[in-house]
Parts: sequence; C-alpha cells; structure tokens
Amino acid sequence: MINLIWLVMILVGIILAGIKGQPEIVTQAVFQAAQTAVKYALELIGVMSLWLGLMKVAEEAGLIKLFARILRPFTKLLFPSVPQEHPAMGLILMNFSANLLGLGNAATPFGLKAMQELQTLNPNKQVASAAMCTFLAMNTSSITLLPATIIGIRIAAGSGNPTEIIGTTLFATTVGMTIALLTDGLMRHLRKS
Amino acid sequence: MEKIIYEVSRWAIPGLIFFILLYGSLRRVKVYECFVKGAKEGFGLAVRIIPFLVAMMMAVSIFRQAGVIGLIERSCGDFFSFIHLPPDILPLAIMRPLSGGAALGITAELINTHGADSYLGRLASTMQGSTDTTFFILAVYFGSVGISKYRYSLGVGLLADVISFAASVYIVSKVFG
Repeated sequence: MINLIWLVMILVGIILAGIKGQPEIVTQAVFQAAQTAVKYALELIGVMSLWLGLMKVAEEAGLIKLFARILRPFTKLLFPSVPQEHPAMGLILMNFSANLLGLGNAATPFGLKAMQELQTLNPNKQVASAAMCTFLAMNTSSITLLPATIIGIRIAAGSGNPTEIIGTTLFATTVGMTIALLTDGLMRHLRKS
Repeated sequence: MEKIIYEVSRWAIPGLIFFILLYGSLRRVKVYECFVKGAKEGFGLAVRIIPFLVAMMMAVSIFRQAGVIGLIERSCGDFFSFIHLPPDILPLAIMRPLSGGAALGITAELINTHGADSYLGRLASTMQGSTDTTFFILAVYFGSVGISKYRYSLGVGLLADVISFAASVYIVSKVFG
C-alpha cells in the first residue's frame, strides 16, 4: 500500500507540473525536500541524545520496568504478544503521556526507543510486528489534552474564546483513536487466522 | 481544568528529569556515566531515519508544490458542497496526514481568512488537533528500526484520520451550531 501511494503521489505531481508547463517546480521540490529531511534528522540528534540518556538512567534504576508492571492490566489487553514486564511497555506509556501533554519533543524519543524494544521481539526484522502496528495506531491518532499551537494561532487571530475547541478536539481524537484500536485488533485477528 | 493541564505540561519535563535522576541515584546508578552511555545512541538513531524521511518528504513535496490539492479541490468541491461541507476545508483534510507543517499553515490561513470563531475556523482548529501526521510518523518510527513493510498500519492510520475528520465535522456542527 505504501509503495502504491508513494508512487501515485510522485507520478501525479510530475504529470500535473508537466501539464502546467512548469517542470522546474518538481526539480525545486525534490531538492528542497531532501534538505529538509536531513535538517529534521540533524535537529533530532540533540533531543534524542538527551532523552535516550535520561531513559538509560531510568532503565538501570528499574523505573521503566516498574512502570510496565503498574500498567499490566491495560497493556495485556492491547499488546498480548509483548511479555508483561518488558521495558517496551513502560516506554509506550511515556510516549502516550508526552503526547497527551503536548510535549512532542519528548514523545518522539520515547516512541523511537519503544520501537527499538519492540524490534528486539520481532521475528522478522523488515516487517512490522502486530505490537508495532498497535503502538502506531495509538500514536498516529494521538490524544492531546492541550493543543497549544492551535490555541496560540487562535489567540493571535483575536478569538473571543481561544480554548473553546479543546472539548471538540478531545471528542474527535477519542473517536479516532477508538476506531483505530478496534480496526487494529480486527486486522490482527484476521491476519493471524 | 485548562489551568491544571497547562500547569502539568509546564512542570512535566523539569519534574521528570528531577525524578528520574533522583530515583536513579537512590538506586545507586552512576547517573552521569549512565546518561552518557544512553545518549550515545542518539546520533545513530537520528541518522538511520534519514533515508525514510527523504523518500517521504520528496513525495509529499512534489504532490504539494505541483498543486495536486488544488486540482482535487476543484473536482470534488461540488461533491463536498452536496454533503454540506465547506470545500475550503478539503486541502486541510488531505494535507493533515501528509505533512504537519503544511497542515498547520493551511489551518492558520483558514483561521486568519474566515476568523477564529467562524464555523470554518473552529472546524479547522479541531481537525488540526485531533489527529497526527500519519505518513510522517510511520516513516520516522518504522525507519528508526529499519522496517520497510508497514503491513496494515498505514490503512489503520488513514482510516483513523478519516474518522477523526468526520467526528470533527459532527461535533463542531453540534456544539457550535
């Protein structure tokens, strides 16, 4: 599916730019994109190092395992294939909490570390495991309690009540995540049988 | 309620660093050495993501710069009006799963053009906050462990985006009439 979508996006874009008689749009777009990608990765190095350092301390102190143990009833349901006290569970929770609080800078390192832990349990290293799919279903439909950036934009635009969208956002995101997790569970069962 | 959430997010990071380091030292972890050992992995991880990011951003960039969204807006605009949806929201709905930065730009533009307290302004605000950038997250997260076969996770992520979008339309119409 990703192969097809990727291909279609590129081909349709190039054809459209061609019809418009402006193929140089594409040239500019690809080089700019390549640079932006590397810039993002470079900026990530600092925050990644910071959080991975802290996570190592938390791990050696036994904090992450403790976290995983407290959450056992909840995670047993969502991640049946992951051993109960596996550090991945603690990291997934940290990622979820960081997203909840709108701390994107911390959420990504927790999430990537969780992926690393899940990968150690994955029998086929090139193919996504069921637990990874569940984690990402949870992550892409992320619940945020305080959409700070949008509230900022609304304040700047002179809104009479900039925070009035918190309730509607929470409703939409909860519906989205529920459907994502249900579909993921269904797919997991369908693929197994 | 909003105050409490705001205060919690303000204190979360300092509190977490304080707590982890204190707990670690109480458990006799050599905190400094241990931190450095963990931080070493940061570089490799960030670099591993680059090929996946380049591939993803290249496609999104061509798609966007060539004006594909304008084309979709023109061809599906009538259908959108028919189901009582403002066609102006369409670019945001398409861009949201593809690029966080671009979606935020569209949201800001919608809010500034139509007003933050208009139907469109509220709908755009709700939609922007209710999902995340599915393509980008999959590329980064799977990329960091070298996985290129995403199985059904892209489908699940996109379905969640569509459902969140529909739920936004429903709740904004219902609450703000």
